[in-house]
Amino acid sequence: MLAEKHRSEIDALLAKYPADQSRSAVLPLLYLAQHEYGSITDEAIDEIAELVGINPTQVASLVGFYTLFHESEGGRYRIQICTDLPCALRGAVTFAQELCAQLGIRMGETTSDGLITVEEVKCLAACDRAPMFQLQDDEGIHYHEHQTVESAMALIEMLRKRHSDG
Amino acid sequence: MAEHILLRHRDIPDIDQLAVYRKHGGFEAFKAAVTGKTPQEVVDIVKAAGLRGRGGAGFPAGVKWGFLSANVFPRYVVANADESEPGTFKDRELLERNPYQFLEGVAICCYAAQAETAYVYCRGEFWDLAHELERKIEALHDADLLGERIFGTNFNLNIYVHLGAGAYICGEETALLESLEGKLGQPRLRPPFPAAEGLYAKPTVVNNVETLTNLPPILAHGTDWYRSIGTEKSPGPKIFCLSGHVEKPGNYELPLGTTFRELIFEHGGGIAGGRAIKAILPAGASAPLLPATDEVLDTPMDYESVPKVGSQLGSASVIVMDETVDIAWLSQKTTNFFKHESCGKCTPCREGTYWMNNILTRINQGHAKAEDIDLLESVARGMTGKCLCALGEFSVMPVLSGLDLFRSDFESHIGDGR
Repeated sequence: MLAEKHRSEIDALLAKYPADQSRSAVLPLLYLAQHEYGSITDEAIDEIAELVGINPTQVASLVGFYTLFHESEGGRYRIQICTDLPCALRGAVTFAQELCAQLGIRMGETTSDGLITVEEVKCLAACDRAPMFQLQDDEGIHYHEHQTVESAMALIEMLRKRHSDG
Repeated sequence: MAEHILLRHRDIPDIDQLAVYRKHGGFEAFKAAVTGKTPQEVVDIVKAAGLRGRGGAGFPAGVKWGFLSANVFPRYVVANADESEPGTFKDRELLERNPYQFLEGVAICCYAAQAETAYVYCRGEFWDLAHELERKIEALHDADLLGERIFGTNFNLNIYVHLGAGAYICGEETALLESLEGKLGQPRLRPPFPAAEGLYAKPTVVNNVETLTNLPPILAHGTDWYRSIGTEKSPGPKIFCLSGHVEKPGNYELPLGTTFRELIFEHGGGIAGGRAIKAILPAGASAPLLPATDEVLDTPMDYESVPKVGSQLGSASVIVMDETVDIAWLSQKTTNFFKHESCGKCTPCREGTYWMNNILTRINQGHAKAEDIDLLESVARGMTGKCLCALGEFSVMPVLSGLDLFRSDFESHIGDGR
């Protein structure tokens, strides 16, 4: 249960907003749940609804609306490549295709070891450093800029090694 | 510009450390305001400086603050750090590299607006910088620059970071407020405007990161100094985000009124590979395309001049296309973006972006008939002026201007309709 395991963190999140506006904490709580469970589970939706005093359906609609929340578990690491116009002008589409080919997957799929999911995303405000992607993992989101297939594969090997080393 | 006014980290190493920022005059403007000026005096200075909102609309910041409902409290200040417009990456550099100047700007804005709480709404993808910003805010509390009775006065202030979760529409200020209230990021009907009923239905100022970062230098150096930069109607420095087919993409801080030619060819090093320039999107995906004619290239980039040649300055995210770019492909890229980001609240945008995307896919795959180009134009014109917020209105601009300027790029894809 989130409320028991993360009580002090939840209290700190709720304290940022007026006492009668705890609904404002719903996105921060969804991040907390996603990092705890790997995706937004039905149980997490019920827990969060209770914590902020709204209907579970309202929480679920937010999960559908905001792209950074996942209802199903993908790979442990999501490599999300920006292929929007400015990045595409600087080779991001080719980069994305070649990276997928190297990994033996199609766009949106997960590698057979269950570790890496590659996805296309919209503009990430890093257009001058394309090709680039964000890496979503259990702890957060990190930018990787000025990428080549070689640099991305080196990062993936590092992630695989980190995983096999436990 | 010899020295940067906004991108000061490029001149002063480690200005992201509070001690270094303060050594270079940091928080003196905030202190002088709180201890020596009334909130109204600060509003008047910002009005006189002519600072215009840097998020895209170019609305005068001091005037916006002046609309706050009188005698209604609490009030809120919300910094819009939901930077998501394709081709825009200036706020991120400010937040990462010169965060204290931004935070001092937030503090000054709060004092002027008589708000004791501010939220910095960061797009969720700015995860790392948002967490770093929270540590910077903690350092301000430790230095008694935030908290209770600041500088021994009755002014109290707290600043909180709030993370969005991946929705372009939350850059629209009323959608941002909905999102901050824990709801779907969908725009509100206006009026009432946020200055009357904003966050939690209280008077609220929403300003862009770059706008707020302009405040400390305006207060420190005065309105005459500020107005000596830029043009009469568009004063001050602006960060131009240059991307696409240029040798040196990046952020360039230049006076408003700098020409496209100077930005692209002097600062940006010209077109990569020595190819010819074909077109410019001056405001990301959210304004009409401009052909790269001499008239356009010699146009000053300010809020008055860019509309005269048929587009908008917006957030000044200048995307450059060389002669190899197919405008039918470009239109599909921008349309697919808007289709993905449409919040679904109003029908013209939800349906219109969907159908434009379908038709453009057909065109780009070579399955379209000649009539499909007219159909695309008809859908785009049908949406114009009918959407609830600017997102829908923006979505048709690259399409209609593309058809207008580069129709043969679309026609070259026409097959036999199978």
